[in-house]
Amino acid sequence: MSEIKFKPETMAQVEAIIKRYPEGRQKSALLPILHLAQEEFDNWLDVPVMDYVASILSIEPIEVYEVASFYTMYNLKPVGKYVLEFCKTGPCCLVGAEKIQDYIQAKLGIKVGETTADGMFTLKTVECMAACGYGPMMQVGDHYYERLTEEKVDRIFDYFRNTDPSKVYKTDPLTVAGLN
Amino acid sequence: MGAKILLEHIDKPGIRGYDVYRQNGGYRAVEKAVKTMTPDEIVNEVKTSVLRGRGGAGFPTGLKWSFIDKSNPTRYLVCNADESEPGTFKDRYIIQYIPHLLVEGMIVSSFALGANTAYIYMRGEFRWLFPILQKAIDEAYANGFLGKNILGTGYNLDLYVQSGGGAYICGEETALLESLEGKRGNPRIKPPFPAIKGLYGCPTVVNNVESIAVTPWIVNNGGAEYAKLGTEKSPGTKLISACGNINKPGVYEIELGLPVEEFLYSDEYCGGIAGGKQLKACVPGGSSVPILPGELLLKTAAGTPRNMSYESLSDGGFATGSMLGSGGFIVFDENACIVRNLWNFASFYHHESCGQCSPCREGTGWMEKVLHRIEHGHGNQGDIDLLVDIAKKIEGNTICPLGDAAAWPVASAIRHFRDEFELHVKHPELVRHHYMNDYVAPALHTA
Ligand SMILES: Cc1cc2nc3c(=O)[nH]c(=O)nc-3n(C[C@H](O)[C@H](O)[C@H](O)COP(=O)(O)O)c2cc1C
Ligand code: SF4
Ligand code: FES
Repeated sequence: MSEIKFKPETMAQVEAIIKRYPEGRQKSALLPILHLAQEEFDNWLDVPVMDYVASILSIEPIEVYEVASFYTMYNLKPVGKYVLEFCKTGPCCLVGAEKIQDYIQAKLGIKVGETTADGMFTLKTVECMAACGYGPMMQVGDHYYERLTEEKVDRIFDYFRNTDPSKVYKTDPLTVAGLN
Repeated sequence: MGAKILLEHIDKPGIRGYDVYRQNGGYRAVEKAVKTMTPDEIVNEVKTSVLRGRGGAGFPTGLKWSFIDKSNPTRYLVCNADESEPGTFKDRYIIQYIPHLLVEGMIVSSFALGANTAYIYMRGEFRWLFPILQKAIDEAYANGFLGKNILGTGYNLDLYVQSGGGAYICGEETALLESLEGKRGNPRIKPPFPAIKGLYGCPTVVNNVESIAVTPWIVNNGGAEYAKLGTEKSPGTKLISACGNINKPGVYEIELGLPVEEFLYSDEYCGGIAGGKQLKACVPGGSSVPILPGELLLKTAAGTPRNMSYESLSDGGFATGSMLGSGGFIVFDENACIVRNLWNFASFYHHESCGQCSPCREGTGWMEKVLHRIEHGHGNQGDIDLLVDIAKKIEGNTICPLGDAAAWPVASAIRHFRDEFELHVKHPELVRHHYMNDYVAPALHTA
């Protein structure tokens, strides 16, 4: 594994975040920095990555592990290139989320918690994402895909499979043509 | 059409940006507040308005503000944008479409509290909203409404957005503060209350996005004007996020006191039950409040038509009433399964329990397990009473209200829909189904 170190532009972001809090309260930056770390280091938090974050904030590694394991957004195991965070909470189910979940599982040939053999997609279920009026829904990266139908799911998967990964999240999430 | 306070300008093209917001009277409240009012005058206006906190508990905002310990020069305002209560998606709407309203509210509220640093704690899943909110904040800085010496008055304020990590419990205000300090979201034992010892041990006020977004209007128009809207006990307007089996799910601003029937059936709001089906039940204030069968949603047990207000929705107490809560209005049609929904909610609370108190940690798990077996046709005779018993043992015996929030829906669902639970236990073959919305009640004589 290559050396674990933030890119200079990320490091600049880290330093700006730490400045938001009073002197000596740099631990407050932990959650935001873990998000940056996860984004930069393959979408999950390996132990050396957490240790690195601890060293930046001058806190004990255990303080980082405790936090990373408490919050659901941090992946403590490797995941696929795209993580499908599918809402399984009541209001979404009232409008058909369970059926769409079955469809996604069948289509990808995986169950919740698994990753497709080609490493493209990991399916994760999540609790209410504050999109209940627009369900069924899932989040992928920065985007909420709402009012899902089987046909929409097909198009979304095609979109991810056929789009240059460096461009996927660069499109304005609110105007991705026809996907919302 | 009722009065609009929060969404008055929502349809104006470009209202998300500074220029259009400003042209529509934006930031006038900041000018008025910092140049012509004292902090105490603002607190008094908010008290006069009788604004009740919009995060769910409905605690009067002005009163909360007046508790802040002024002997400490370092005070904080923290905005709760964790919005994770199932059925609730209104705060997101403000941030997504009219972010300057929240920023302006943060400035006048911080000034009223004497805070020089304020944070907006936003759930991490809203990361796509961060650029939108950050842009609004940057524009406020660029125009002299944030930063040092605001509008030349000597008042300083820095405003930051903090990201959560995915945990419903961080919506509870003391768990939120722990999380903001970079720790696990374990709620603190109260007292001390945040107004005395909050963020970094300093006096802190935590308010919901919607509560804060109302304050510019109150500063501009006065608390007395606000109090004229709505009902006596529920003044003003409220955002309701309506979802479930209705024709027009979405976020609506209503004047409190609007008849429930009008809200549910008129085309201006929910537009009636989807697919021409019948109303079965409703959870009117987010997943944590008691469920009401259709008849009790529209009318109280005494037969009075119910309206959308704190006092009317809670009329009848927990026996026949519910709560306005966060305004997450979840509608169930005739094919919705109450048992499956309750199992779903129980699994939510079990997953989201922080684990500090054993009644909540263990009890939510037991309820989930028992409900799973009832829903899947393996329930035992005593299971329904067992559920009621577990719920009773959680209620009131925990550090934070998550325990109660997990218990109340169970108690109310069984109270109002006991037949449906019994059918699942005694005649699973009659009610077999796979999804939340494919339940067909068997004809009574077969049961
Ligand atoms: C488990 C739990 C979750 C909560 N989630 C939220 C939330 O997402 N947003 C919110 O504003 N308040 C939430 N609250 C209520 C807060 O503790 C607090 O009362 C509120 O933020 C105060 O703001 P208000 O007075 O403006 O309503 C939650 C409470 C509990 C017990
Ligand atoms: S009631 Fe539940 S969520 Fe709240 S502190 Fe206790 S264990 Fe944690
Ligand atoms: S229940 Fe799915 S977003 Fe709320």
